[in-house]
Amino acid sequence: MAVPKKRSKRFEVLEQRPVNLDGLVSEWPEEGLIAMENPFDPKPSIRIAAGKVVELDGKPREQFDVVEQFIADYAIDTASAEQSMTMDSREIACRWVDFNVPREEVIQIFRGLTPGKILDVLSHMNVLEMMMAMTKMRSRKVPGNQAHATNLRDNPVLLAADSAEAAFRGFMEIETTVGISRYAPFNALSILVGSQTGRGGVLTQDALEESVELALGMRGLTAYAETVSVYGTEKVFVDGDDTPWSKAFLASAYASRGIKIRYTSGTGSEVQMGYAESKSMLYLETRCVMVTRGAGVQGLQNGSISCIGVPGAVPSGIRAVLAENLISVTLDLEVASGNDQTFSHSDIRRTARMLMQMIPGTDLIFSGFGGVPNYDNMFAGSNFDIEDMDDYLVLQRDLKLEGGVRPVSEGDVVAIRNKAARALQAVFAELGFPPISDDEVEAATFAHGSKDVPERRVTDDLKAAQDLMKRGITGLDVVKALAKRGFDDIARNILGMLKLRISGDYLQTAAWVDADFRVWSAVNDPNDYHGPGTGYRLSEERWKLLKEIPQAKRPELIGE
Amino acid sequence: MSLNPEMIEKIVLQVLQEMGGPKPSAPAASKETAGPGAMVLEEIGEARPGTRSDEVVVGLSPVFGIKFHKNITGIPLSAILREILAGIEEEGIHARVIRVKHTSDLAFVAHRAAKLSGSGVAIGIQSRGTTVIHQKDLAPLNNLELFPQAPLLDLPTYRAIGRNAAKYAKGEATNPVPVRNDQMARPKFQAIAAVIHIKETKGVVPGAPPVELRVKLEK
Repeated sequence: MAVPKKRSKRFEVLEQRPVNLDGLVSEWPEEGLIAMENPFDPKPSIRIAAGKVVELDGKPREQFDVVEQFIADYAIDTASAEQSMTMDSREIACRWVDFNVPREEVIQIFRGLTPGKILDVLSHMNVLEMMMAMTKMRSRKVPGNQAHATNLRDNPVLLAADSAEAAFRGFMEIETTVGISRYAPFNALSILVGSQTGRGGVLTQDALEESVELALGMRGLTAYAETVSVYGTEKVFVDGDDTPWSKAFLASAYASRGIKIRYTSGTGSEVQMGYAESKSMLYLETRCVMVTRGAGVQGLQNGSISCIGVPGAVPSGIRAVLAENLISVTLDLEVASGNDQTFSHSDIRRTARMLMQMIPGTDLIFSGFGGVPNYDNMFAGSNFDIEDMDDYLVLQRDLKLEGGVRPVSEGDVVAIRNKAARALQAVFAELGFPPISDDEVEAATFAHGSKDVPERRVTDDLKAAQDLMKRGITGLDVVKALAKRGFDDIARNILGMLKLRISGDYLQTAAWVDADFRVWSAVNDPNDYHGPGTGYRLSEERWKLLKEIPQAKRPELIGE
Repeated sequence: MSLNPEMIEKIVLQVLQEMGGPKPSAPAASKETAGPGAMVLEEIGEARPGTRSDEVVVGLSPVFGIKFHKNITGIPLSAILREILAGIEEEGIHARVIRVKHTSDLAFVAHRAAKLSGSGVAIGIQSRGTTVIHQKDLAPLNNLELFPQAPLLDLPTYRAIGRNAAKYAKGEATNPVPVRNDQMARPKFQAIAAVIHIKETKGVVPGAPPVELRVKLEK
C-alpha cells in the first residue's frame, strides 16, 4: 500500500505498536497457505464396499496415499459412516454446540465422518460456538495445565527447582527438553526429583530423539511422551523416514511399558515444509487427528504448536487452531491444546489466542506454559511464560475460571525450590555424579533464570549423564538414594510414580494423577456438561484458593 | 553512461517481460542488478565429484540468485555468498559452488553437496538464508552445524560459517559458530519463511542432477 509523502501522526503511532512487528501474510489457497475453507479442499464423500472404504473425499481407494489408507482402514467406522455422511453439515454443527445433545451422540456421528465433511461442518461455526462445543466435548471433567521447565545451560539444579515450583503451582504435567542432547538423562532426572518435591503425582516428560526418549521412559525417569509427531501429507511423513504404521508401533512401545503417550501435530507444518498439496491447513490437520485416532493413541497435542507463526499469520488462523483442538476431543481424544510457542509481539493477540482454550477449558490448556522465563525456554519460547504468571492468576480470578494453577506465596516457593535443589544434590552425591555445591543450591533457590546461577563443568556433567545410561540407573536407584539421604517423602512419591507403571491406570484417556496418587481420567471423571450449572464448576474450596491472591488488599485493613 | 553487457542483458530481459514474452524462468546464467555487488551464476555442466581433498563445496538451493536475490531479512544473496567463499578461502581451502535442483530441503541440498565434495564437507544454503555445514558420512538429517534461524544470521556469521567449514575440511578441531536464539523470530518471520520456501520448492526439478556454477561477484 502506498504511504503518502506527508505522514499521519496517528498512523506513525500505530506503526510502532507491537502487533505490527508480527509477520502477517495474505492467503495463497493454491499452495495451502490458508487456514480453512479452501476452495481446493477435497469435497466430502465416502463409498463403502464389503466393509471397506473404497472412496474417501472424492478419491478412489487405488489412489490413496499412506495417510488416506490409514484413515480409511482404522479411523472411520464403516458401520455408521454412510449414515453420518448423509446428515446435513449445519445440522451436525448445531448438535455439536447444543448442550442438550449428549456428548456420546456427537462422538458417534463423528466416528463416521471424513476429513472433508468435518471441515464442512466447521465452516458453519464461529469461535464462540466452537468454545461451547469444547466445553461439552472435552472428555475429562476437570481442565488442567502443563508447564515447560528448561534452561539455556541445561543446569540440573535449576531444572529441579523450577519443576518443583511448577508442580507446587498446580501444573499436572511438566515437560523438558535439552540444549545439548547429551544432557538428556540429567534433565529427566532433575525434573523427576523436582516435580515430586513440588507435588507427588505430577507427570514428567523429556522431549528428545525418539529412541533416547523411549529408553528414559522405560527406566522410569519419565512418565509420559508427547512429541511423537504425525503429519497430514505422505510427502512430509516420508521426509521424516516415517509412516503412520511406524508411529503406531512407537506408540505401542510406550504403552506396553506402562508409559502414557500422546501424539503431536498441528496446522501449518505441511505448508511450512512446502508440501501442502493445495489443501487448507485445517484439512491436513484433521487427517492428523484421524491418524491419531486410528493408531489407538489416547491423546494428541495440537493447536499448531511450533508452526503457530503460519496459521497465526493468515485470516481465521486462530479460529482454525481452536477448531483442531475441538476435532481432537470430538474424536474422543485427550487434547493438550498448544499455547506453547511464542505467537505474537502483541500482548493483546497472545491473550486472545489463549482465551480460546482457557474459557472452555481443555485437558491441558497450555502444553506448556513457560515455567521459566522465555530466554531459558528451549522450546523456543512459550505463548505465556513465568513472567506472565500473575496476569494469568488474575484472569482466573476475574473470570472465575479454572486455569489449572493457584496463587502461591513467595516463602512457600522459596522453600520448595530449596528442598528440590537439596534433594537433587543428595541424589547426585549418592549416585557419584559431579557434586552440586551449597552455593549452587542457594542460587537455584532464589533464581529467576539461568543467568542467576553459577556455571557447571559441562564436560563433567555430560560424561556422568552418559555414565547414568551405561550403568543402567533407573527410577528405583533414585528412590533408594533419596531414602538413604532422608528425603523419605520425595522417595515415596517417586516410588508412587513407578507403581503407576504396573497398574497402567494412567494410560486411560486424559489421565492425571493427584497428590495421593489417585488417577483421574475420562473413565472415572467423565465430563458431564449439559448446560449451566453442570460439568466442571469451581468448588467453594477451590474458588477460595483462586480468589485469595496475595496482591489483593483486604478492606478491613485499609486505613487501619 | 556506458553500457556493460550485464546491463544490456538486464534491459533486454525487462523489455521481454513487459512485452509478455518468454520469461527467463531458469536461465543458464542468473544475475542480480548490475550495480555494485552484482552476482553472476553461470551453469557450466553437471557437477562432478571433487578430486582434491582441500575443497569445500557450497550447495545452493534451486532458485538461489534466480528467483530470489535477497535473504529473508533483505541481505543480498551476493554478499552472503561472497562472505561464505571468503571465509573458506581465508583458511586456505578451495571453494566450489554448485546448484542442487532436485530438492529444496536444506539437509538434502547440503548432503548432496557433501557427497560431491573432495573433502566430504559442504555448506548448504537456501534462498531465505538458512544454512548448514554438512559432511558426507553423516545421515542427511544430521549435520556438523545448523543455523536454522535465518533472520539472526549477519554477514560476519556467514563468513564464520565459511571458515568453520574449511576447518572441518582440514580436519581441525573446530569451535562451533555461536548460535543465537530469538523467541520473536517465529511471529515475525515464520509465515514469510513458509512463502519463500513454497516458491523455492516450485523451482525444484525432480531427478535433475546438480550443476557446477561459475561464480562472478562484482565489487
